[in-house]
Parts: sequence; structure tokens; C-alpha cells
Amino acid sequence: MSEAAQERPARGAGGLTGAKVGTFLAKQGILIAFILFMVGFTLANDRFLDPDNILGVIRSSAILGVMALGVTFVVISGNLDLSVGSLMSFSTIVVLDLHDTLGPALAIPAMFGLTLAIGAVIGFLVGYLRLNSLIVTLGMLSAIHGLTLTWSGGQNMDIADKEGTWFSVFGQGTALGIPVPILMFALLAAVLGIVLAKTPFGRKVYAVGGNGTAATFSGIRRARTVFTCYLISAFCVATAGLIQASRSMGSQNTVGQGMELEVLAAVILGGASLMGGSGTIFKTVIGVLILGFIQNGLLLIGLQFYVQFVVTWIIIILAVWLDIAAKRGRLLSPIA
Amino acid sequence: MMAPGRLSTFLRSGAIWAFIALELAFFSIAGQFLSASDTAFLTWDSLLLLLKQSAPLGIIAMGMTLVMVNGNIDLSVGAIFALAAVILLDSMTWPFMAAMGDWSLPLAWVFALLVGVALGAVNGFLVWKTGVDAFIVTLGAMLGFRGLVFMYNGEQPTSHLNWTLVDFAEAQFLGLHTATWFLLLVTVGMWWLMNRTVHGRNAYAIGDNREAAVNAGIRVGPHMMINFMIIGFLAALSAVVFYSETGSVNPNDGMLYELWIITAVVLGGTKLTGGSGSIVSTLGGVLAIQILRRGLNHIGADTSTVNLVIGLILIAVLFLDRQLNVKGKEALRI
Repeated sequence: MSEAAQERPARGAGGLTGAKVGTFLAKQGILIAFILFMVGFTLANDRFLDPDNILGVIRSSAILGVMALGVTFVVISGNLDLSVGSLMSFSTIVVLDLHDTLGPALAIPAMFGLTLAIGAVIGFLVGYLRLNSLIVTLGMLSAIHGLTLTWSGGQNMDIADKEGTWFSVFGQGTALGIPVPILMFALLAAVLGIVLAKTPFGRKVYAVGGNGTAATFSGIRRARTVFTCYLISAFCVATAGLIQASRSMGSQNTVGQGMELEVLAAVILGGASLMGGSGTIFKTVIGVLILGFIQNGLLLIGLQFYVQFVVTWIIIILAVWLDIAAKRGRLLSPIA
Repeated sequence: MMAPGRLSTFLRSGAIWAFIALELAFFSIAGQFLSASDTAFLTWDSLLLLLKQSAPLGIIAMGMTLVMVNGNIDLSVGAIFALAAVILLDSMTWPFMAAMGDWSLPLAWVFALLVGVALGAVNGFLVWKTGVDAFIVTLGAMLGFRGLVFMYNGEQPTSHLNWTLVDFAEAQFLGLHTATWFLLLVTVGMWWLMNRTVHGRNAYAIGDNREAAVNAGIRVGPHMMINFMIIGFLAALSAVVFYSETGSVNPNDGMLYELWIITAVVLGGTKLTGGSGSIVSTLGGVLAIQILRRGLNHIGADTSTVNLVIGLILIAVLFLDRQLNVKGKEALRI
């Protein structure tokens, strides 16, 4: 984590020397890989760069992306959140159920409230009680799944009157010719990006994740910072659940199952260290888009969807490996 | 191991068995009033069945204990489990194997187990040579290995029922099922490995303080790689024992196994930070979860309650453990 702390303020120096180009390449490796992938897929299939295709990819990545934004905060603060997939199922089921009983205008804030309440519980356990986040969120993954099943009675949830409601706007609508999920993703990314990079709170998140003890000694309220990160994560999950519910207008209990690890993969791909203290919203967005475009590109060149699993595996390990290798200055680990 | 206080150590190692006793008592009594069926919760047959059903997760949990004591984690076991099962069932239909008749069965087992060891070796080698955290390596592998399962046979289930194998898997020797015997065998073997061999000692040492282990001349990398090969082997063993009986595997089988297994291992008191944990307590953790599932089922609770209760218990255990070890390590990180 100390390397991560040193690595951050180095940005913004002028002048192009060989060493600086090397560091630039190492630091922006993920961006370069992204561009290479785009070029490769474009050459392989001319439909790839079609605006409709691109919008389609971003739209289908939006749910994962929105969740990844929140998890970025949690990961930078030095913790993990494995419960986001389960929590997303919960918010989707809840908002669909409440839609028919309370109406959409009340269902949405109610769902956000409930999801944030669960986020607050996790934040309390990890932040204030300082329990290990991996196990807490693993436990919450199971517990929230139980809550979701209890809420739905194990049944699929459907909106009864799919035509007569404006609820579909979040998942299916367009504004200014751009699908609403993309707009929500972009807006949230912009806001959270500014919060993380430009506000005192953002600096605290980095400080807590980089060196929690040092942060405490310099007067940062560590518990409160971690707590807030989990609230942000829960807010993002609620937004993702809203998009998911509105897009499909009906859902199974397990809609978000397994997404926690995909989200984490996107965040890691964006270069956030699991040790905390490093990562940015921008890089996470790139990580999400890489996953989305690879999936799409592989489908377009005629490969089955599951090939992307293998490709993702290779990319994740390469990305993290090269990142570490650049920091330590040698390719192989010094482990004997 | 370097106990800060005898009492807390005793409480920790004994707690899981006390918890099991509590569960058994609770479900036996509650079952009298709440159960729909007239059968008691604790009968000899249901106990045997409980042990048998604990085997698939239990066998892998033993390997997870070793890997976690060593300071790593393996999230890819569910995918290894599935791939080994696919290899086991598919290899029996290969022409030269089919020509061998029942003699192909041990060979099919060997193939599946070798695949498990090989996948574990890939993980271990990557952790060793790249220096990437085991969490990330095996998270990637969880996706990648799952992709291999799909690439092998598409989205179709792989099926092959061999009656000799089914008879073997369903056999009962001295009352215990084949799967139970494997669980016990693995438990004893892993206990021996961790407590009576140099490799086991070193695994604890590396997990407790890697720097010190390096300075003491322990080769950290090969030890980690061997441990990943062992958990790969055990994941495959779990698959061959289980699928010998059922004879059909879906490409999604074994998903979320890693989470259940980690839950069981943590319930048994193994630390995520490494350096502390015991095989016997892990067995307790596995049994505790299985009893909870069966017990809640017995008193008429549905799956949702099981998930809820297990999640909450996991967090409660973590909290209690922390309270008992206030003077323990300050920063609990993965």
C-alpha cells in the first residue's frame, strides 16, 4: 500500500523523457490495452464501430458500471464489497414489488431507503466495528439473498401493467437520442469522479485506504469515511437495481447473482489495488467498458459468450501483473 | 500456536463444537413442535446422510484451510470442481476408454484428479511468479476455468452413468457411505499434513509472518504452489466422489461453492490473515453449516431463512472472535 501512496501525486509533471514515457505507458497501460482492443475488433468486424453497436454495448454495461462506481470507493478505502450482486437483486425485487402496491413515485424512494439502510448496516459493521470486510460482505451476500427470497416468497416479480406506467423510462427510455441508462451512468460517474478526485472527502478515502493508522493520527475519522463509502456503494447498487428493474419490468430473485465478482473484476481491471489507496473513477469506467467491448467484440467475431470468461481471466491477470511489475521495476516477483 | 491467552484459545477451538451441540439440541427439541413429519431430527440414518451430504463441501474445505492458513485464498474451487466433473464423465465415453470396460473407471478418476492438480498448479504458479495477490489470481481463474467448462461441452449438461461407479459411490462400509469415508480420509490426511510434516509447519509459518519465513530460509513460492495443487486435487476429488453417483454435470455446477466453503472455514476459526486455523475445527464448521441447513429444513423453514441465518451467524462469529482477540493483530486485511 505504500507504493500506491507514493504513486499518486506524481501526476502532472511536464517534459517528455524516456523514463517518463515508460512510466506513462505503465500507468496508462489499461487505456492503451483498451485502444488496442478497439482497433483489433474494428479491423475484425466493421460493425463493431457502428454507433448503434457502441451505444448498445455501453447501455448493457451501464448496470455493471454503476455498481462498479460505488465499489471503487469501497476498494480505495481498503475494503471489499462482495454483497453488491445480492443487494442489487434485493433492490430490483423490492422496487418491482412496491411499484404495484405504492406506485412508481413512492416505490423508488422507498427502495433507495431500504437499500441504503442495508448499506448502512454493512458500513457500521466494517467501519465502526472494524470487522473484516471480506467476511462481513460474504455474510451479507447470503443474508440479503435470504431477505430477497423472503420478500418475494421465492416467486419471480413482475409489474402487472407494463404499458400503463412511466417506470420503464430508466431502463428503456432515451433523452437527446442517448439511452437513459447511459446518461445515468455518465452522470453518476461524473459526480462521483469529482467527489473522489476534488473534494476533501475523496482525499480522506485515499488516505484511509493508503494507510489507515496514519490517517487516524492525522485526524481523519476513519470509521465515518468507510461508512460513507458503503453508503455510496449502496446508493449505486440501488441505481443499478432501478435500471435493471425498469429495463426488464420483471425479475428473478437471482438477477444480480455473481455480479459482485464481475464488478470487482472491472474495478481491478481499472487498476485499483485491493490493498486500498489507489484507483480512480475514470479508470474504473475504462475497466467496465473494456469488459463490455471485449464481450461484444468476441460475439461479433462469432465466438460464444463463454469465451469472454477465459479472455477476461487472462486480461485481469495481465493487467494487474504489469501494474505491479511496473511499480517494483521487475517482471517476476521476488518471492523465493 | 502462540496463544495470547489460554482461555480465548480454548473458547475458540471448542466453540464450534459447542455450537454444533447447541444446534442439535435446538433442532431436536424444536423439531418436536414444529416439524411436519413425525420423524425425529436425530436418527442414525439422518446422521449418516448428514455426513454424506457434508462431503462435497467438506473435502474442499480441508484444502481451503491449508491455503488460508498459508495466507492465500482460492476462489476458483467451484470452477475446478465443475471441470473435473466434466472430465470424469466425458473421459469414460472416449473410444479407447469405452473399450476398456470397467477398467477405465480408475483411469477416468485419475484424469479428473490430474486436471484438478493442473489447474491448481496454474493458480499457484501465477501467485508465485507474478506476485499478484491470490485473491485476484483465483478470482480471474474462477471466470477463466468456468469458461473452460463451457468451452468443453457448450451449455449442455455432460452425462454418463456407469452403474459400477454408482454402486461404488452408494456403497456403505461399516455403515458409512463412500463419500463420508473420503471426507474422513481427507480430514485425517490433511490433519497429518498440517500438524506432522515440515510442509505443514512451513505453511503456518509463511501465513503467520512471510518475511520471517523468508528469513528463516523457507522457500515461500513452492510451498504456496504445492498448496494450490493440493486444493485443486481436493476440489477434483470432491467432484469425482459426487458425480460418480449422480452421473450428470451442468456447466454451472459448483457456482458459489467457494463462498460456502470460505464460510465453513471461517466458522471453524481459520484466520483470513493466515497463520492460524485447524483442520478439525474446519470439519466442525462444515458440519455446523450442514446441520443448520438440514435443521432449518426439518422445522419447516425454507431456503431464504437458511441463507439469512448463515449470513448472520457468519458476521456474529466474526464479531465474537474479534471480541475474544482484542489484543490480536490490529489490521485485518485480506
